[in-house]
Amino acid sequence: MAVTTFATSRPSGGSGRSAATSLRVDRKVTVADDVVELTLTRPDGGRLPDWTPGAHVDLVLDDGLTRQYSLCGDRWDPRTYRVAVLREADSRGGSSFVHDRLREGDLVGLGGPRNNFALAPATEYHFVAGGIGITPLLPMIAQAAMLDVPWRLLYGGRSRSSMAFADRLVAEHGDRVTILPEDEHGRPDLPSWLPDPSHGAKVYSCGPTGLLTAVQRACAHWPAGRVRTERFVAAAEEPGTGGRRFEVELRRSGTTLTVGPDQSLLQVLGEAGVHVLSSCRQGLCGTCETPVLGGVPDHRDSILDEGDRAAGDCMFVCVSRARSERLVLDL
Amino acid sequence: MSATGTPPATVSLDADPFAPEILESPLAFQEQLREAGAVVYLRRYGVHALGRYEHVHAALTEWQSLSSAAGVGLANFRHEEPWRTPSLLLEADPPLHDAPRAVLSGILGPRAIRRLRHAWAQDARELVDRVVRAPELDAVTELAQAFPLRVFPDAVGLEREGRHHLLPYGDHAFNAFGPPNELVAKGAEHIAEHAAWVGDQCARERLAPGGFGAAIWEAADRGDITEEQAPLIVRSLLTAGVDTTVHALGAVLYAFATHPDQWRRLREDPRLARVAFDEAVRWESPVQTFFRTATGDVEIGGTTVPDGEKVLMFLGAANRDPRHWRDPDTFDLTRDPSAHVGFGMGIHQCVGQHIARLEAESLLTALAERVERIELAGTPRRHLNNTLRAWSSLPVRVHAT
Repeated sequence: MAVTTFATSRPSGGSGRSAATSLRVDRKVTVADDVVELTLTRPDGGRLPDWTPGAHVDLVLDDGLTRQYSLCGDRWDPRTYRVAVLREADSRGGSSFVHDRLREGDLVGLGGPRNNFALAPATEYHFVAGGIGITPLLPMIAQAAMLDVPWRLLYGGRSRSSMAFADRLVAEHGDRVTILPEDEHGRPDLPSWLPDPSHGAKVYSCGPTGLLTAVQRACAHWPAGRVRTERFVAAAEEPGTGGRRFEVELRRSGTTLTVGPDQSLLQVLGEAGVHVLSSCRQGLCGTCETPVLGGVPDHRDSILDEGDRAAGDCMFVCVSRARSERLVLDL
Repeated sequence: MSATGTPPATVSLDADPFAPEILESPLAFQEQLREAGAVVYLRRYGVHALGRYEHVHAALTEWQSLSSAAGVGLANFRHEEPWRTPSLLLEADPPLHDAPRAVLSGILGPRAIRRLRHAWAQDARELVDRVVRAPELDAVTELAQAFPLRVFPDAVGLEREGRHHLLPYGDHAFNAFGPPNELVAKGAEHIAEHAAWVGDQCARERLAPGGFGAAIWEAADRGDITEEQAPLIVRSLLTAGVDTTVHALGAVLYAFATHPDQWRRLREDPRLARVAFDEAVRWESPVQTFFRTATGDVEIGGTTVPDGEKVLMFLGAANRDPRHWRDPDTFDLTRDPSAHVGFGMGIHQCVGQHIARLEAESLLTALAERVERIELAGTPRRHLNNTLRAWSSLPVRVHAT
């Protein structure tokens, strides 16, 4: 039997050194037409923040352009993330950057993981994927299989060659999986594929807006909370300072510090003698919450929801940075 | 890993860390454990013990290779019947752990509990005003127990009648993680009635609207968890949310009663209350130990723990490991206690840690306002528990302003 070697990545005690918020692109492979899969690791090989199926990460690319990608790998491998990226025709930089310029060995910034699409318990799952929307469903399918919960998948796409992971899904799961390339079969007939809402069944769907609207229409008679969808959005956030240098003014102590590209805010605060209590140092536990008085935080944590993030009145200084050149904190 | 290429011999010890004399005073044993090696085989129980910060921290986070589902006590659920239905949080691994954890993390998260801050500060002021009228008091019963028992059951939404079951129920649950010794036998005498009351309180209709308990049932209504899971998740709040906080408050009150200079610092800057509490949690480690079970042959610090065997993590030893902490035995508010393992670490890290911190901050802030000095007025007495480090009595003299 293989022995799991138990690497002790050494978190620091008092110094406030943070978990890395940069990932290295270990592998970049084409997995379908216009889809590349990235395998990402920490540069020091350490554990990555834990995640659950349905989670996404922010990847901070190029000049701070942030894109969200669903994690589609295996969380029993704690040192690797996988994402699959579709080249979008109307790309504002993110996906074409990944396809054309990002190379194996390059570093990208990390935010999250966060999960707005968590897999809740069910007696059976009906998964509906459209195109690259298959990515968050892959770990969900693995989990349903692991738990021995009955499941089926309807996977639609433009053409067979554009549908990432379709062959693997069919090979591993056989007739639980229905692959429907539009150029061969037309659009899926959702009402006839979806069952009546039996007690405890849930529908999970991810894909383009048109598909999700069709799913919601077909499930209009399902009880609330049993149909869960995630829109595959390509909205890029405003470019910020990304992993670059920014200034932070500490209003109460009246000092201004500079956070360099390779430093965390928590680390810089600690070195200046301003100790903010922290614990996980991965943006997961919420201990280092700090009030923000001015400037725009670049939230990299796994805790705040969209509303909290937009409010911008607090941040987790172990991983989060700045979108503006300057932040003002109540410290 | 050994740099010389010599495989390190497995070190073993005969000592019983659950014997009354070591529970009473565990520091010497913990030092012996840390110095003996990264992994030390405890012959009496057939378990692999970790006492160094580096390995305890790693073991807590490595859920893939060290499972909680076989129980986080000595009993191995692969071979032994648990004394109660296993916890959906503490005694579960992903994927079953995910949904209950996500629900409870939301309900007890730092943003969600902001609404309690003002009321708890007021409650703490009222309690302190009343208690400090007497010059001498027992800081365990009158503060460390009184405050959580005043605010937490209300926050959960429990009925008033029967709350006295909470402390003995939790005490037994934490004893039961250890070996079946006299502490367990003593708790077992009355556990049926405590467990029956706790079980009854988990039902939807028993829980007041607006509380954590009702919020758990709302999550079941949304389909985030099942209706079968909801009462067990409420039970987790009632098991893990009372004794732990009581003993953590006891720890920080003891620390201040024996460190007048640190009390002066807190009085000068009451914003240190949060750091003070975490420093006390590091220093005393109210939760001393938890077990895991190897999911395969796992190598830790050069020793292979075979598949299915138990690993015993000494959080208390890790929190005083001089390899990681400078002057670890000193209670010091100028220290940054961040990343101590007193609340655990990783996916099972104490989901109620923000509640504990808010309770402590409320109480310490109120005390700092009213109490100029606090000192021991008698000999404190330990309360022995297989998992918890606790006081049963802490007589103090307070000089109110």
